[in-house]
Amino acid sequence: MTRERLSGWGRGSWSVSDVTHPGTVEAVSAALSTARRGVDRSSRGVLVRGLGRSYGDAAMNAGGHVLRLDAFDSIGPIAEDGTVSVGAGTSLHALLAHAVPLGWFPPVTPGTQHVTIGGAVSADVHGKNHHRDGSLGAHLTHVDLVTGEGTPRRLLPGEAAFDTVVGGMGLAGAILEVGLRLRRIESATMTVHTTRTPDLDATMDQLRADDARHRYTVAWVDTLARGTSLGRGVVTSGDHAPASDDGATGLSAYRSRALLGAPPWLPSGLLTHSRMRLFNEAVYRRAPARPTVTMGSIPSFFHPLDVVSNWNRAYGRAGFVQYQFATPDPDLVAEAIVTLQHAGVDGFLAVLKRFGPSASGPLSFPTPGWTLTLDIPAERSVAPVLDRLDQRVAESGGRTYFAKDGRMRPQFVTTMYPRLDEWREQRARLDPHDVFASDLSRRLKLC
Amino acid sequence: MLTALATPQSVLVLGATSDIATAVLDRLARNAPLERIVLAGRAGAHRDAEVARAGALTTPTGRVEVVDFDALSPEDSGPALEAVFDAGDIDVVILAFGVLPSESDAHDPAAAAAAATVNFTGAVYALTLVGERTRRQGHGTVVVLSSVAGERPRRSNYLYGATKAGLDAFATGLGDALHGTGVSVLVVRPGFVHTKMTSGMAPAPLSVRPEAVADAVVGHLGRGSRTLWVPRTMRPVMSLLRHLPRPVFRRLPI
Repeated sequence: MTRERLSGWGRGSWSVSDVTHPGTVEAVSAALSTARRGVDRSSRGVLVRGLGRSYGDAAMNAGGHVLRLDAFDSIGPIAEDGTVSVGAGTSLHALLAHAVPLGWFPPVTPGTQHVTIGGAVSADVHGKNHHRDGSLGAHLTHVDLVTGEGTPRRLLPGEAAFDTVVGGMGLAGAILEVGLRLRRIESATMTVHTTRTPDLDATMDQLRADDARHRYTVAWVDTLARGTSLGRGVVTSGDHAPASDDGATGLSAYRSRALLGAPPWLPSGLLTHSRMRLFNEAVYRRAPARPTVTMGSIPSFFHPLDVVSNWNRAYGRAGFVQYQFATPDPDLVAEAIVTLQHAGVDGFLAVLKRFGPSASGPLSFPTPGWTLTLDIPAERSVAPVLDRLDQRVAESGGRTYFAKDGRMRPQFVTTMYPRLDEWREQRARLDPHDVFASDLSRRLKLC
Repeated sequence: MLTALATPQSVLVLGATSDIATAVLDRLARNAPLERIVLAGRAGAHRDAEVARAGALTTPTGRVEVVDFDALSPEDSGPALEAVFDAGDIDVVILAFGVLPSESDAHDPAAAAAAATVNFTGAVYALTLVGERTRRQGHGTVVVLSSVAGERPRRSNYLYGATKAGLDAFATGLGDALHGTGVSVLVVRPGFVHTKMTSGMAPAPLSVRPEAVADAVVGHLGRGSRTLWVPRTMRPVMSLLRHLPRPVFRRLPI
């Protein structure tokens, strides 16, 4: 057991926990039995932490016990229908390296491959194909976990307990193994359609159109552009290229690795408003004036931010917060961009996407409509602006994402997640002694 | 825990009627309203007034709590203070109680000792309790209002200076002892601050308002244990004064 100082990917807040790496189911059960907060009021509980890519405090447990399940990293044989059992500590990176050369692809992948499967299920991650394929939870055959009572249990889709754990942010049990249904692919290449859009209406129209024609779609949005250029962007849509396509790379040629490491510390203030505007202008101009079709590699299409490892260091010591919301109301997207501009808050690396039908978990983030994600340098003065946005998001019938949030106040949670009480009830059945806790659950008073 | 924007949800104030503590609460709430404010101090009209004020600084679901605390007999508040932490995490603790002994107090052994008990011993009790509980939490920031008066005793207020010197050393050492536990101790050394405590006195050079102290405190949350001088120029000024030869220092009209 080591005492470690942990943070989220945004490095905005830190807390100290005792970290262990249990190697067996028995060791996991034993760890859980010592942290029954329902019995011992002074206990701080237990949390499983994956690769720490959640931006806020979802993978932190101040004063408590944190489990790392890197020992649970097996990948079973892939059946003919694409089903495979994967240890919860396996990273998506490892799964891709194993599965792509064999002609299989994860059904859903988020913007980084450096997440554990257990973490991905706990956050019910979504990807560029949500409009067509939903979130990760829709592609599971089973979830094996250890409950708060220390009992191993297999959960199946359709059970209330399954819906409690998927998207449950690690608060309902310690996931040890997940059954996934992979998708067949023929090449390691993507056919990519790139379209530059001059304003928000054009960006949203293009996304609507591309969603009907392509499996994977996303838009980069210039959130610093004003006036008639408000919401201008670049829409990239793609599909797995069939083996027969010109330029399609064979599966065995698949490679994925970081090309550059960012320096360990950069002075804060590197990213000024004018530099961000220059960057955005360059990105917009670099995109072709007319729609193009190109071939792209899997890493460059799905995981562009992984190219520079530890890119979160570029923001300097102050860290940054990521703000992501989903809303059924398209007008809220424009309102959010304008609100940030008027408040002088620079939203950077903004991404817009449409969500399709949502999953069945009460705490699953995606809701049909639109989702906007932005990086914002973490300055105190930003707090009231984001509080105001939270209120507008809640009023619109939308919600923010627990995997990204590090600063929201608890008062909006029940409006944003109307089935929260239902989730709490089901969670209490899986964890009657209140073992699982995180800094997120304490801040938002989830359980 | 401090959020990703270094804003706290819950604050414990020891010395509820301190003008500086009030200014810090105001400044914190301006960034983000608080979920929980605990005001510890002696019962009375002053404390009641602060409780009423604090009500405006919380979120719709937030609450203000009151604890009886007298630094002359701090152990009486032990169970109540432990209960504050039992009821939920405290993100920021502000230690703001203290007395400025009068000219006559300095000549009365009992009054002088009482001033030392309030400013130093009471603080040792409170900081030890708070240090233990925040360490167990795995996070927390303890703000201790020291003073430049503690840097070198002056013949005009050596009693006050001595109590602050003791408090300062204890708090600084505590901050070092808590390194690596997730808890930070911010030792604040203001010069002359215009508060109830100094009302009627001729202000010294480089005097500030409580808001300036509050700005410095809030600006340093989340940045680790350190000593803050307010205003910042106090640091080189005190360094100069500390190194004057004693026969010279003794004759200064301060």
